[in-house]
Amino acid sequence: MPATADGAAPLLEVAGLAKRFGHVRALRGVDFALRAGESLAVFGPNGAGKTTLLRVLAGLLKPDAGGVSFGGARLVRGDAAHRRRVGLISHHSLLYDGLTAAENLRFYARLYSLAEPRAAVARALAGVGLEARAGDLVGTFSRGMVQRLAIARALLHDPDVMLLDEPFSGLDQRAAATLRALLARLRAEHRTMVLVTHNIDEGLELASHVAIQVAGRFVSLGARDGDLAAYRARYAEATSRDA
Amino acid sequence: MRSLLAQAWAIAAKDLLLEFRSRTAFLSALVFTALVLAIFNFARDPTAVATIDLAPSILWITFSFAGVLALNRAFSLEKENRAIDGLLLSPASRTALFLGKTAANLVFVGAVEAIALPLFALFFNVPLLGVLGPLVLVIALATIGFVTVGTLMSSMAVNTRFGEMMLLVLVLPFLVTPVSAAASMSAKIFAARPFAEWAPWLKLLTAYDITFFVICTLVFETTVEE
Repeated sequence: MPATADGAAPLLEVAGLAKRFGHVRALRGVDFALRAGESLAVFGPNGAGKTTLLRVLAGLLKPDAGGVSFGGARLVRGDAAHRRRVGLISHHSLLYDGLTAAENLRFYARLYSLAEPRAAVARALAGVGLEARAGDLVGTFSRGMVQRLAIARALLHDPDVMLLDEPFSGLDQRAAATLRALLARLRAEHRTMVLVTHNIDEGLELASHVAIQVAGRFVSLGARDGDLAAYRARYAEATSRDA
Repeated sequence: MRSLLAQAWAIAAKDLLLEFRSRTAFLSALVFTALVLAIFNFARDPTAVATIDLAPSILWITFSFAGVLALNRAFSLEKENRAIDGLLLSPASRTALFLGKTAANLVFVGAVEAIALPLFALFFNVPLLGVLGPLVLVIALATIGFVTVGTLMSSMAVNTRFGEMMLLVLVLPFLVTPVSAAASMSAKIFAARPFAEWAPWLKLLTAYDITFFVICTLVFETTVEE
């Protein structure tokens, strides 16, 4: 098994990932490896293939070529053990508006066969500050509250790897700040994270590694080694070259 | 196995709770049922065809289309907020998803039928009490057959551009067998014919249910995965 730059075995390893939809090549040979506790921010313009990358990592899409390994074991679609290790937060909440916050989480707790679902739900709600709204329908929540509940849902089963797809999309400044604090806590808990976004300002501070994805390829990948201004310049250069 | 059934039950309970709260599809199916029965009742000429000859066909036309209306909601509610991704991302097996959805649809369609049947008796003056046992058996078997196939087709149709119409196109050819069998048996039951006369239809319907339950359970995974 290949190792990361400092020799430690990677928790998440992606090699030669390719995926096409008809004539569109959404992923063209994506490679990277992350150790436990590392977080990768993938920046790219709309249509770069970022969501496709996350959906392949989550096991929701099958790649045409290449593969994904978790802890050295190759991802096989339909593998329930893999799905237990992954949590996904996207700009869609994956929640039911017609159920209350607690009912949504209880439903997922049952799908994950958690040993103590009620305690897990209470913990998850408290973790995102929504315990007072546990009995309210999700359809009555603000976008920020829905996103916090989506985080609680994604963390309910204590996954090793968090996948985040444009998590700040549609949030106002206050809700975005709350979400940033929550994600910073996840990072402090040494969860491995892959975050994809088109907005450099929102993901950089959470990342130990940064990639720029354009037209299905990583045109830049490495440990974070610059400030926001430096990455803005790199991003602008990479995307203008492609255009 | 226990885990599979627990997950299937969680999915079914969630679907039923959502429908219980909104009642949208249930009310649509009920209004449709009442409307069809009323139209048939007032449009027919009782002097031309005996009610008892028409009644089985009307009953099964009503049940079939009300059932299809109800089946539309099975996967459309998973489109909201892309909840289907949450289901597919969870360790719940696709078999549990299919069983849960089918169970919820059975309860849902069964509830519509339970209300439609007395309405049917009322509109067409068909005495149900003496034939209720065998009629319920026939309705149950036919409902299991078309709900099983309909749940699979609903998962296929939901991602197409004209999902509701597509479901109808996909499912109708598969309804021919269970609905024909059920209508034939209902006619015999209403006419108080002996069991031996409708037993072959009963065997056919049972075989249909078993065959399609196995096939749909096996095929379902390929319809929800990419």
